[in-house]
Amino acid sequence: MALLTCEKLCLGYDNNIIVKDLSFSVNDGDYLCIVGENGSGKSTLMRTVLGLQNPISGDIIFGEGLKKNQIGYLPQQTQVQRDFPASVWEIVLSGCIGQMGFAPFYTSKQKKTADEAIKKMGIEHLKNRCYRELSGGQQQRVLLSRALCATENMLLLDEPVTGLDPKVTADMYELIDKLNKEYNITIIMISHDIDAAVKYASHILHIGKKVFFGTKAEYLKSHESGFFGIREDGENI
Amino acid sequence: MSFLSGFFGTLSLYFSRPFVIYAFVVGILISLCSSLLGVTLVLKRFSFIGDGLSHVAFGAMAIASVLKLTNDMPLILLITIITAILLLKTGQNTKIKGDAAVAMISVGALAIGYLLLNIFGNSSNLSGDVCSTLFGSTSILTLTSLDLIICVTLSVLMILFFVFFYNKIFAVTFDENFITATGTNANLYNLLIAIVIAIIIVLAMNLVGSLLISALVIFPALSAMRIFKSFLSVTVCSAVFSVICTALGLVISIIGGTPVGSTIVAVMIIGFIISYFAGLITGGKKA
Ligand SMILES: Nc1ncnc2c1ncn2[C@@H]1O[C@H](COP(=O)(O)OP(=O)(O)O)[C@@H](O)[C@H]1O
Ligand SMILES: [Mg+2]
Repeated sequence: MALLTCEKLCLGYDNNIIVKDLSFSVNDGDYLCIVGENGSGKSTLMRTVLGLQNPISGDIIFGEGLKKNQIGYLPQQTQVQRDFPASVWEIVLSGCIGQMGFAPFYTSKQKKTADEAIKKMGIEHLKNRCYRELSGGQQQRVLLSRALCATENMLLLDEPVTGLDPKVTADMYELIDKLNKEYNITIIMISHDIDAAVKYASHILHIGKKVFFGTKAEYLKSHESGFFGIREDGENI
Repeated sequence: MSFLSGFFGTLSLYFSRPFVIYAFVVGILISLCSSLLGVTLVLKRFSFIGDGLSHVAFGAMAIASVLKLTNDMPLILLITIITAILLLKTGQNTKIKGDAAVAMISVGALAIGYLLLNIFGNSSNLSGDVCSTLFGSTSILTLTSLDLIICVTLSVLMILFFVFFYNKIFAVTFDENFITATGTNANLYNLLIAIVIAIIIVLAMNLVGSLLISALVIFPALSAMRIFKSFLSVTVCSAVFSVICTALGLVISIIGGTPVGSTIVAVMIIGFIISYFAGLITGGKKA
């Protein structure tokens, strides 16, 4: 059984349907890239999978004993966080909140998890810094560390490289790839960047006027045969 | 020299009276819990809800006095808590503009409260009474022993709540979506925070009056955020700031005979200005 299966999903807000009849599945160790135009419903899909909103119809099934509190999430950044007084350590540690239940304080095991997540992201030197004073790339690493605290199995990333310069973007992609290959964490990533999707992903889900789901090879093939027209989706930045 | 000894003489004279001691204990406890939750309120952009709730508490007080309740705290608490929960729900509902709803409820409660007092009140000094509820001129010095027990118990409970839920409060303040996505019930904590805020506002009404409560919640948090950069240090600093300003304000108002609430707020404004410049010097607030 797959780690995550979505069957005949209809997504949207208040019966305003944005995506119809979406079916796909993600297996352990997969690297799924979700691509599509702005406003095509990529974030909506991710939020629905995470239970932040309800699907209009259809099913989302978690398999292989994956629990709700074992998924890591890197949201598309919100404005509120920009002036928030919080140290890197405080933010990363808050990734353990799902395992905490009703206990009031973090256990030493959870603190160790946070320490390891910080090491994996190579930001040990930033541990006591203020989050809002970090560069965009550093902030993303902090949020990725936090997501790592929440999971050993599956990470959902919503446009993790938006607003980063090319060098930092490349580093970020390498880091995510390492998490997938070395630590065997299943990745579901939303991206604008088709080239990167093709380079790193094992599977691709394209949503928009036409929906495609399949392996990278199948995607490239359908691309050549003109399934998508002349790169009408190629608004990659 | 003789001025100083005179000053401390007066001070110790005042402190030999129990009601002054009570006022200090209650004042410091209330300022402590309002500053602790104030950080969350400011960061969650909820400060306008705090403002709205304080007006609702005034309306509730008017209802309680029309009903001639001997102890009005339970009723005021109940009405304010229910309003807080309702406001939270409308805030989550994207269709109704949250801030407009708060503004409506808050001015509505003020108007109705004053109207009720005017029609049904039998006080000889209505405007004096209203003024004292709005600006809390002396209520902290005239607490009944039941008020005292309620205030102390509730403030201690609120402080314990804050300590035990500190990590959850941080997480739910920093990023609600993340903790929901990773399996924590953020709505439950939002609800708890709303209830706690309502309780604190009712408590604070005794200290500074309903129009000035927001100051008690906002000034310590904003001052601390000027200087400090982690959630823990901001929380600790805002608590210290609030307690010091409240103690100073109380002393000044007792000695100088000035209204308690306004004096405390005036001290806080001075404290904020000092933190503002301290922040500029230490570079605490970049961008
Ligand atoms: N909270 C919301 N309420 C109603 N409609 C929304 C909301 N958020 C997004 N939408 C709409 O849903 C569509 C998909 O948005 P989104 O999933 O964010 O797209 P993407 O992430 O692919 O750019 C957009 O047309 C957007 O206007
Ligand atoms: Mg999006």
